[in-house]
Amino acid sequence: MGNGTSIGRVRGLGSAHSGVHHWLVIRYTAIGSLLLAVWFVPSLLMLPNLNYQAVHEWLARPVSATLLGLFVLVNIWHARLGLQVVIEDYVHEHANKFASIVLLNLVTFAAVAFGAFCIVRLALGGA
Amino acid sequence: MANASPSGRNRPLSPHLQIWRWGPGMASSILHRVSGVGATVGLALVLWGLGALVAGPEAYAKFTGWVWADLSTETWAGLGILWGVIHILFKIVVVGCSWALFSHALSGIRHFVLDTGAGYELDGNNFWATACTIGGFVLTAIFWAALLLL
Repeated sequence: MGNGTSIGRVRGLGSAHSGVHHWLVIRYTAIGSLLLAVWFVPSLLMLPNLNYQAVHEWLARPVSATLLGLFVLVNIWHARLGLQVVIEDYVHEHANKFASIVLLNLVTFAAVAFGAFCIVRLALGGA
Repeated sequence: MANASPSGRNRPLSPHLQIWRWGPGMASSILHRVSGVGATVGLALVLWGLGALVAGPEAYAKFTGWVWADLSTETWAGLGILWGVIHILFKIVVVGCSWALFSHALSGIRHFVLDTGAGYELDGNNFWATACTIGGFVLTAIFWAALLLL
């Protein structure tokens, strides 16, 4: 960061025209994911068993449903950012790279919609 | 690089993976990437399970029958052999996904430390890279012991 104008250095964008935003959001979502995993994994272990009744009853509770919603959302977000880096590293051909990123975004939105629908349905009853 | 030598001449390339001697830091780094992709597979399994949970008890039983089949009911004859193998492969994938979660979490914490500029001295770097790699397997073992035995 030795070159450029003062304002250019402050913005930190460089020739790629995008800065550390992606890098930072990966870290932010990682923190959220870690915190929620500390809830998710022990809670899963403390269930008497993993049959339909027990899991449904657990996840239909308001706090569980909220935390599960956050857990699913933050992990999908983090996975989307991480997989983008993997694609950018290994898919060199421009058209293939573009298609891969488009597909990644489509799957991300589909996963968020599906996860949100399932958790709301679980919490508010129905099936 | 598909178009590394468009002129047909062999041009010099920068040194790549094969010339470096493997160390704990390299192993931890590539395992972080592998486990990140693996954890995404696990996330897909969680969403599948959530969908099954919403669809009702029969759908949930079908889901658990795929991802964690009761192997004592396998027939091991004819087509049953194929199903038995598929069910065992699913169990390996499920255990692998849990490893991916734990391993990625530990090496992710390691990355937070490295992000601050600390932990690059050779001995410490080797130690924590090794510790995170082993720790991922240890946490996976503890998780499944707790889940299956407690």
